[in-house]
Amino acid sequence: MADLLKFTIDGKQLHAKPGTLVIEAARTAGIEIPAFCYYPGLTLQAACRMCLVEVEKMPKLMTACTLPVSEGMVVRTDTPQVHSARKYMLEFLLTNHPLDCPVCDKGGECELQDMTFRYGAGESRFTDEKVHTPEKQFSPVVFYDAPRCILCYRCVRICNEGLGVGALGVINRGVVSEIAPNKGDHLECDECGACIDICPVGALTSGIYRYQTRPWEMNHVGTICTHCSDGCRTTLGTRNGRIVRGNNRDSSGINGEFLCIKGRYAFDFYDHPERLLAPLARVDGKLTEVSWARALETVAGKFQQTLAGGGSFGVVGSNHTTNEEDYYLQKFARQVLRTDHIDHHRTGDLATLLDALSGQADKLATVADLDQRKAILILGADLALEHPLLSFQVRANYRHHAARIYALTPRPVREDKYAVKSLRAGRPEEYFAALESLRDALRSEPEMVAVFDDSVQGEDIGKLVEFAESLGIPVKYICLLDYSNSRGALDMGLAPELLPGYAPAARPGMRLREMLEAELDVLWVVGSNPLKAAGRKAGFLVVQDMFPTETASQADVVLPAAPAYEKDGTVTNVTGEVQRLKRAIEVMGAKPDLEIMGFLAREMGVAAVLGPWVPDAVFEEIRARVRGYGVPAAVIAAGGAAQTTPVNGRIPAEIPRAGEARRAHSAHNGLFASGTLGRYSRVLTSVLEGRLGR
Amino acid sequence: MLYNEPSPLETRVLSRRFGLPDSASLGTYLATEGYQAFLKAARMKPDEIIEEVKASNLRGRGGAGFPAGMKWSFVPRSSPKPKYIVVNADESEPGTCKDRVLIENDPHQLIEGVLIAGLAVDAHAGYIYVRGEYRYLIEILEKAIAEAYAGGRLGKNIQGTGFDFDLYTHTGAGAYECGEESALLESLEGKRGIPRIRPPFPAVVGAFQRPTVLNNVETYCAVPAIILRGGAAFAALGVPRAGGTKMTCLTGNLNKPGVYELRMGFPVMKMIEEVGGGIRGGRKLKAMIPGGSSCPVLTAAECEGATMDYDSMSARKTMLGSGGVIVMDDQTCMVKAAARIIRFYAHESCGWCIPCREGATWLRKILVRFHAGGGTRADIGLIGDIARNMLGRTFCPLGDAAAMPTISIVEKFQEEFEDHLDGRPCPYEHAEHMVMA
Repeated sequence: MADLLKFTIDGKQLHAKPGTLVIEAARTAGIEIPAFCYYPGLTLQAACRMCLVEVEKMPKLMTACTLPVSEGMVVRTDTPQVHSARKYMLEFLLTNHPLDCPVCDKGGECELQDMTFRYGAGESRFTDEKVHTPEKQFSPVVFYDAPRCILCYRCVRICNEGLGVGALGVINRGVVSEIAPNKGDHLECDECGACIDICPVGALTSGIYRYQTRPWEMNHVGTICTHCSDGCRTTLGTRNGRIVRGNNRDSSGINGEFLCIKGRYAFDFYDHPERLLAPLARVDGKLTEVSWARALETVAGKFQQTLAGGGSFGVVGSNHTTNEEDYYLQKFARQVLRTDHIDHHRTGDLATLLDALSGQADKLATVADLDQRKAILILGADLALEHPLLSFQVRANYRHHAARIYALTPRPVREDKYAVKSLRAGRPEEYFAALESLRDALRSEPEMVAVFDDSVQGEDIGKLVEFAESLGIPVKYICLLDYSNSRGALDMGLAPELLPGYAPAARPGMRLREMLEAELDVLWVVGSNPLKAAGRKAGFLVVQDMFPTETASQADVVLPAAPAYEKDGTVTNVTGEVQRLKRAIEVMGAKPDLEIMGFLAREMGVAAVLGPWVPDAVFEEIRARVRGYGVPAAVIAAGGAAQTTPVNGRIPAEIPRAGEARRAHSAHNGLFASGTLGRYSRVLTSVLEGRLGR
Repeated sequence: MLYNEPSPLETRVLSRRFGLPDSASLGTYLATEGYQAFLKAARMKPDEIIEEVKASNLRGRGGAGFPAGMKWSFVPRSSPKPKYIVVNADESEPGTCKDRVLIENDPHQLIEGVLIAGLAVDAHAGYIYVRGEYRYLIEILEKAIAEAYAGGRLGKNIQGTGFDFDLYTHTGAGAYECGEESALLESLEGKRGIPRIRPPFPAVVGAFQRPTVLNNVETYCAVPAIILRGGAAFAALGVPRAGGTKMTCLTGNLNKPGVYELRMGFPVMKMIEEVGGGIRGGRKLKAMIPGGSSCPVLTAAECEGATMDYDSMSARKTMLGSGGVIVMDDQTCMVKAAARIIRFYAHESCGWCIPCREGATWLRKILVRFHAGGGTRADIGLIGDIARNMLGRTFCPLGDAAAMPTISIVEKFQEEFEDHLDGRPCPYEHAEHMVMA
């Protein structure tokens, strides 16, 4: 390693690559250099002056956060001069700080408290009047208390650099400087709350969490966000059986500390007043609360009666339920109800992509690839609104690795700002014309990730793959899907033509729309709202859901289900990465879908056929039986992510039927929409209402 | 216009056209060797221009005193990027009023200096960043620039030399911090006026991320004379390590305050007694700030034997700075002076870094309270402590500018602080000159 520089920090001989900052070099050697404004991944500020260190041959103290190591450099962080600098810098900070720690949300996990404890003075010499300004509300999500602010500019940078929004800035000068929102008195932004989480003090607080609890009174559960398909890990803070906070400050998971408004705050649907907390059954034609025993008995009885009479079943699965639930449901449908009519609402034509890539290895990109690969091609999607994590990764890649981005989208997108080429295109023929115009540029890239949404389907996917593979560079793909387990639903065989692991079904059954239009004897809908704008045709309708949706309100029996935050299991994100859900709370009255199905099986006397309805046991069966799911159990159990291996071999792509060119329909949910869950999230609806009201 | 009668003790190089009829016009300028230096420089190689400036011992007149020729030589002339010349006309240091006089009376001298800098570093565009409060100077500059364009002294193929140069004015919004070169560049680019992390220095990464020469008005104004008369002749006017003359602004309790062009190394007492006409009202000298309010004060005793140049001031642990001399007589309250100075810096702190933002404000609160009779003995030590905790630890020199005068006053005039203790009224309150708005 000849290109490593040798230097000394506090007498320790260290080596690092040129360009390494002293503060980072010290951290790797276990030497803490305190800092507020320095934040890995964001631009350098040298504003807080906490990281001042002594460097031999330099007359003044130097900021370790901006000083790269050099050969033979001698740094000292443990000298009276350095200690004094830290102590008095904190003294300066506290002169105008309100010291309202007892009522501050951040108290107990505040970097200013911690620094003062470690490096600060025991007493204050400041006896004059402090600067005071009243607290401001920037948005339904963001509150700002200027006196607490230490002006480290982390919020300004994460918003501008990390999110690409730039909604926060600094106004005024000197001691009355403060952070201000982009619209004068309010914010118009992604409302992601990254500014709040990154704030080292209690200056930025969230409308959702503020004054709910002391940080040390919470329990923390790391699980996976249940909204979009990106698969962000969110750490839910719970207290007294309630979720009070979501964040990911430990940077675990594929998202690091990134979360959008949904992952951070839109857990709040779980205690919506309309949440179903008891089973419902038709009594005198009206849906009436009944006991679990009565509801299960009714459904099991109907199932058995229909089976005995040779009646027809249709099963509609969910984009949100776990892999275990999906696997168990299709097994239930195929082996117990002996039906081939099983499907779910498809949001992207993944099966065709997998088919087009058959026989090739290493073709599916991960979330990390978007931050690592040299070039990214985006077709159709407005990533920043529909897939915030993927968009964040692309931006990080642009900032840190100068990634070259190509955006072919119907409307202007945030990526336009960074793209080497932005073209407006919305229909497949426009894409292919645009792609041809980019052929030479793309051919000169060393590698590429192609991301496309439901505007590319069927044979167009084949054409896209053909085009990309003709470039002569390594290309990986991402077929965008809408929801937290859209990917798993297909992987687990919630499809008439596909068994788990993309094995062909012997007799492909009806597809979703056909089931809705057919006069089936029984339709069983799990975690989905397919009859949002249609009347039921089935003779008997069973619905498992959290809310009285349009479908649930037409049901004969409604079984109240638990959302992802109330269950264990695994989900697979848009890039095929399997991650583990961990139960954060339990809500009386509702049950996880797996448990509901297990009880139904028991009631029908078929539990032995389906096996135990315990998530771990079902996951073991999935790992053993479902192609591609032989992921390392230890990684998943430890809260890690593992990508499923590609299913190599032709996949029986569904045959398009007359009048149905599109197989998949994405809802193109924006930042503040999330299907049914979004309708019941107060934070999402309040942001939307706030914008409409303006 | 001129604000004071010239002194026979002046050495008029930069100010030699002052007082001529219509001195700001192109006609007057051309009639007095105007744009001859440019023509001469256009025939020189860029390195020769820089060598000539180096030989002149011209040091940056904004306050830091960095050798101008060396600064120019840091610009990577072979860079394919465009290069810029930026003029720092954000003259804001209290006590300093020389750049406005140079622009008002002889704007073409500045333009010619900029052109020569352009030749030296292969720059073809320049910006004059003018202090927000000097808005009227924009009109003067715009008029001179228009005349220069019309007279073929700016634009394409200037005076047939094949050299193109465009010059623009840009007004600040009233922030002292924007006189700091990197904050000036941020402001010039339309951003908030906060300093940049250096390195890289503006010579390499300056305006719009391009290599940039950034000097004070007075620095550029000295260049035509250096090119015409030779660097050695300019150097000979000064002292060994600082060439030429210094536009010196005499303010405070003097009989003849004003802007005077004095040789580098001019004796301080002679400057006060003879150029400035002595202390007003026959009073005695108490203290003097040599180069703008950011410099440590000198006591009357320290002024004895001092000369107006970098080394003499440095030996007295102060600075020549911008040449803004503030003379304080024996009726001046030094506590009030310290409070007045720190009020300025607390108001002007950009707020970017903690020690300057919080320290200057804290000092202001203590000093204002102290002068009003609310001080304690502990405060005297605390004032020095706070200032020393700022010194050398701030992002840019503004923090030092606030700390240095404070430290010097509290150390050198401690007995005046003690005079204010125990609620006693200020013994100097009748002094009429110290504005405490």
